[in-house]
Amino acid sequence: MMQESPRSNIVAALIPRSNLQLARLCVITVVFALLIFGALRYDNFLSSYNILSFLRYNSMFMLIALGMALVIMTGGIDLSVGGTAAMTSVVAAILSPYGWPAGLLGGMAAGLAVGIVNGLVVTRLRIQPFIATLAAMLATYGTALLLSGNQSVSASYDTAFVSIGQDDFLGFPIPAWIAIACYVVGWIALERHPVGRRILAVGDGEATAKLMGLKVGRTLLGVYATSGLLAGLAGVILAAQFGAGQPTEGVGWELFAISSVVVGGTLLSGGVGSVGATLAGAILLAMVFNILNFENGLGVISLSAYWQSVIRGAFLLVVVILQAKLMNGRSPR
Amino acid sequence: MTIAEDTTGSSRRFNLAAWLSRYGTLLAFLLLIAFNVVATPNFLSLQTLNVNLTQVATIVIVAVGMTLVIATGGIDLSVGSLMAIAGALAPMILMGAIAPTTDPLVVLPLAFIVPLVVAGLLGWFNGFLVTHYSIQPIVATLVLFTAGRGIAQVMTNGNLQVFKNPPFQFVALGHVFGIPTQVLIMIVVVAAAAFLIKGTALGRQILAVGGNEKAARLSGIPAKRVKRFVYVISGVLAGLAGLIVVARNSASDANLVGLGMELDAIAAVAVGGTLLTGGRANIIGTLLGACVIQLVRYTLLANGVPDAAALVVKAALIVVAVYIQQSADRT
Repeated sequence: MMQESPRSNIVAALIPRSNLQLARLCVITVVFALLIFGALRYDNFLSSYNILSFLRYNSMFMLIALGMALVIMTGGIDLSVGGTAAMTSVVAAILSPYGWPAGLLGGMAAGLAVGIVNGLVVTRLRIQPFIATLAAMLATYGTALLLSGNQSVSASYDTAFVSIGQDDFLGFPIPAWIAIACYVVGWIALERHPVGRRILAVGDGEATAKLMGLKVGRTLLGVYATSGLLAGLAGVILAAQFGAGQPTEGVGWELFAISSVVVGGTLLSGGVGSVGATLAGAILLAMVFNILNFENGLGVISLSAYWQSVIRGAFLLVVVILQAKLMNGRSPR
Repeated sequence: MTIAEDTTGSSRRFNLAAWLSRYGTLLAFLLLIAFNVVATPNFLSLQTLNVNLTQVATIVIVAVGMTLVIATGGIDLSVGSLMAIAGALAPMILMGAIAPTTDPLVVLPLAFIVPLVVAGLLGWFNGFLVTHYSIQPIVATLVLFTAGRGIAQVMTNGNLQVFKNPPFQFVALGHVFGIPTQVLIMIVVVAAAAFLIKGTALGRQILAVGGNEKAARLSGIPAKRVKRFVYVISGVLAGLAGLIVVARNSASDANLVGLGMELDAIAAVAVGGTLLTGGRANIIGTLLGACVIQLVRYTLLANGVPDAAALVVKAALIVVAVYIQQSADRT
């Protein structure tokens, strides 16, 4: 409506235009601040050993956070990811004697199946995602315990299966490669492909999306299936990394994933979200634990591991309040 | 002609759905009891009744608070962590770790009052986040879900606190008129909440806020205060449940007290017919919902089905119950 000088264009490009961008900027700033803090304070913080083992272990959480982000962008939620990962770790361990492809694909297929069931219950029976996936969480833990006979199932070391979790490829942990590949695909899907628009449109308002002729049901089914698939992959990595399928692991993973997504600036009401910021959120929350370990290693203070959930909770609180304050001053977008 | 036929046809189906949604939980409850009387040996014994009721008491107490929160359109994920905090505080007070005394006259009241007040304050904090900053309830209570258990673990250094204090443990192990105290507490909580919803203006306000917050506010209801109130109640009830659990076990383990309770409570609320969308609160339904879930589990276990399979059945039960509710709503 008014003429804009090139100068103001540049300024406008630097100033975050929306809450999401601001939140993204915030979380990335904090990640870098923590990195610098750690690098200055601890000797081996930026050592390749620390970075690689950090990535190896946390790639599982990055994967479930990605799936959770997609689901939350549609205005839903997926509480079943922890149970799904536990179940698929058992499935993968059971199949691991038949070779690594059997373990990998079997685990992924089991996760996908859970995701599809979630999607169908949400779209066909029209049950609220919270309840539908809560039920799926119980069912997956039950199935995991049934399949495993209530104990952890050793994965086969005769095949290359455990390499999926324990070995490197080009000097980089394989789980981290998997996570990176999934995030690249997720980023392309969300930012560079029509499906991303569709996901956000559904989250913005299902009725409107339907009136625009979008296939709402199929989109929802797709995101729940993707979340299940990624949780399945996380379960495979879990089994491979620890050499066993663990039917009771994964408790609280869903809430860690939700926290990562929230810290990354994605609103639980749906319609907005970013894949990159979710990754940053997951890294941020995981780094709290890493820094705590180093701090204890210095011997100056001695904080028990129990502090990590307190500190994570405090982080979450600060982020959430900041977001709320920003939100009140700006348009929801 | 066709129109008339259609309406009668759909209204008959509608009636069935409505009937099921209204009495389905009760029906399931009665069917389960009937099945057990026939199939499970020794089902009709006082011991069976006591086992089931004590298992369900803490879930019901927490679920009543959850019902009120859900009635306002919220949710409270922090209840399990608040149980852990209350459960960690009481033994510390009893053993003189907080106040430097173990005089039973001082310590005993404190062991009840302090944990409940703390839990209530933390509940208020949840409500404050929800009302003052307009943070979505799932996220707001996720903060204390995450931090709360950590706080309890830090307080106890993650150690198991074993204690023995018969007067304190009366809340779980005692009997009044032959009824276990915890069951009595459960009944009182259910009755009080049912009265709150049915018989008081505050109850109406809770439902109004959950039904349409804007309309409620415009009609002069202090929506924010009502919301903070339900989170405080939910916190206090969670604290109470935490006290009962540690008293029952003669031990407090901050890692385990109340673990997963938020999901058990939400499941009971959902099976009991209170939808997560708010505007409704079926307290008796929540009681029945918790009883049905417990009874299903008991039935399966008593008939040789492993606990793991019972989890799968519980999942199916939740989906079916909510589906029936919603189809009744939609027509």
